[in-house]
Amino acid sequence: MRSYPGLRDAAIAALALIVVLAIPLLHRSPAFEDFIIRLSAMALFATSLNLLVGNTGMVSFGHGMFYGLGAYAFALTMQMTDLSLPAAFVLAVLVTAFAALCVGAICVRLGTDYFAFITLAVQMLFYSIIISWQSLTGGDQGLRGGIPRREIFGFELASQLHLYRFCAIVAVLGLLALRHISASPFGQTLRMIRDNENRASFLGIVLWRARLGAFTIAGAFAGVGGVLAALFVSGAYPELADWPNSGQAIFAVMLGGVDSFLGPVLGAMILLALNDVVTRFTEYHGLVLGLVILAFALGLRRGVLDFLRLAWPGRAR
Amino acid sequence: MDLNALGACLMTSACVVTQTTSGLIVGMLLFLVAAGLTLIFGVLKIVNFAHGTFYMLGGYVAYSTIGATDSYALAVLSGALAMAVAGVLFERILISRVYGANVLMQLLICYAVVLIFDDLVKIVWGPEFHAMGMPPAFQVPPFIIAGGVVPPFYGVLVGIAALIAVLLSLGLSRTRFGKTVRAAAVNPQMVSALGVNTTVLFAVVFAIGGGLAGLAGALAAPVRSLSPGMGFSILIESFIVTVIGGMGSIAGALVAALMIGMVRGFGTIGFPGFTDGLIYIVMIAVLVLRPQGLFGRRL
Repeated sequence: MRSYPGLRDAAIAALALIVVLAIPLLHRSPAFEDFIIRLSAMALFATSLNLLVGNTGMVSFGHGMFYGLGAYAFALTMQMTDLSLPAAFVLAVLVTAFAALCVGAICVRLGTDYFAFITLAVQMLFYSIIISWQSLTGGDQGLRGGIPRREIFGFELASQLHLYRFCAIVAVLGLLALRHISASPFGQTLRMIRDNENRASFLGIVLWRARLGAFTIAGAFAGVGGVLAALFVSGAYPELADWPNSGQAIFAVMLGGVDSFLGPVLGAMILLALNDVVTRFTEYHGLVLGLVILAFALGLRRGVLDFLRLAWPGRAR
Repeated sequence: MDLNALGACLMTSACVVTQTTSGLIVGMLLFLVAAGLTLIFGVLKIVNFAHGTFYMLGGYVAYSTIGATDSYALAVLSGALAMAVAGVLFERILISRVYGANVLMQLLICYAVVLIFDDLVKIVWGPEFHAMGMPPAFQVPPFIIAGGVVPPFYGVLVGIAALIAVLLSLGLSRTRFGKTVRAAAVNPQMVSALGVNTTVLFAVVFAIGGGLAGLAGALAAPVRSLSPGMGFSILIESFIVTVIGGMGSIAGALVAALMIGMVRGFGTIGFPGFTDGLIYIVMIAVLVLRPQGLFGRRL
């Protein structure tokens, strides 16, 4: 019997979307809606990073740069021009993709360790520019003054419910696109490069070109996440492009599992939920978060979904 | 950008001396932290992201010791020794479990340690900034060199760091232990097969690295303030130092640390607000032109 993985993925995505969209109809909870909005940004961010880390074996420490760039590009476009929201959205993602192409052109030829360092350095350079270019970005205060929330496709983004629906739809579509990319022949190529770059090279694959492609795509999707984050905070802050944010994405990927497509989404969910719950009970949330990370890292020695897949082979995907 | 101010500073000897000494202090502290980082990486191939935590704890331990005993020498000694012990514990209890595991797993564990100890420091010493103040022995009039003001403590700090640099390089190049360490950096399995207890060796390397970071923290305490986040800011910089100098190279760490110190010293005058950016530009340039770093071997 033939299986249709593309159709199956689309069906799962549609089902998830329907469930998420239906929840507010049954029960309104601002805290839950906030959580989903933040999760949609974070999930796109982490999953796009996993296209590099898990799929291609490129450990980028500087992925936050593209998240921050997406947010700043979108917020600045909305503040300074009269473009409609979708146009600003597309423009921000294009800017981010182009930046990722340029950064990647410098970085992807370096070996694993150096790749990690140079992406971190480029991100920190970008962060320094945001901080010191006060007239454009507002410096360390962040870009304030709000984003004009224009109506699109009948979504009134000033309303939390509409923002919730918008973010959920964008996130699910984005994840579906990433899933298709990682299951495509191009995604298979990336996995071959991860497992044995010499063999891939012998088969005629131009390594740097494939890696650059992955880096650009990952940057663009991180930019999409950044746009959602900018919509949520109605502005942009330098922290979005700072290294702890890149760290968050890496931990989301590691907690959830690098070898499962939905691992980073689960990881983002765990991380956000932990943050929310722990900050409610104690001001020392770093202590609790650290202990939980230690327990996961030493106890499971891999991400949660990867662990489950090993425990029940052939079941969870 | 304020190149006129930079030019004016370079014209007066007073300003040059002041900025050079402040750059030297930054550079020497960075060297002490980075030397441990690069040693641990060279031998164990582990990027110790928790290294800044040792620096921070060294400073706090020294702060408490001087409060209890009034002796700065004891404070420095206790800071360094406590962190040497902490280095061994950290290696034995946590890091030894993830040798050979994914690099990201090691990173995850280090990050957890950073989070935990930043909060523990807040619980024990409080979240506010602490100032140790200059130890009484050094509360003397500063030297005036060519019109620039140099506190005597700076001389001690630079002297100790320079002494450590000499001891480290001699120890690595001339002693039997140094030879074993260098051999283990190239091929740990072979060193182990030849009858060296590499478990002990790795723990000792972590002890040296932790001790150096603790020493740096204790030496920095009189000239910088203590705060729970201080570990991570120095980690990022010493990380840059090891990358520029070449991972695993002590000499490279010294040169790069002094370079970064000077960029900091003079950058604050020429490029106020963008000194960090300057440092990252240097790092990117080095990585693009010479990925193995100035003194490093290709990985």
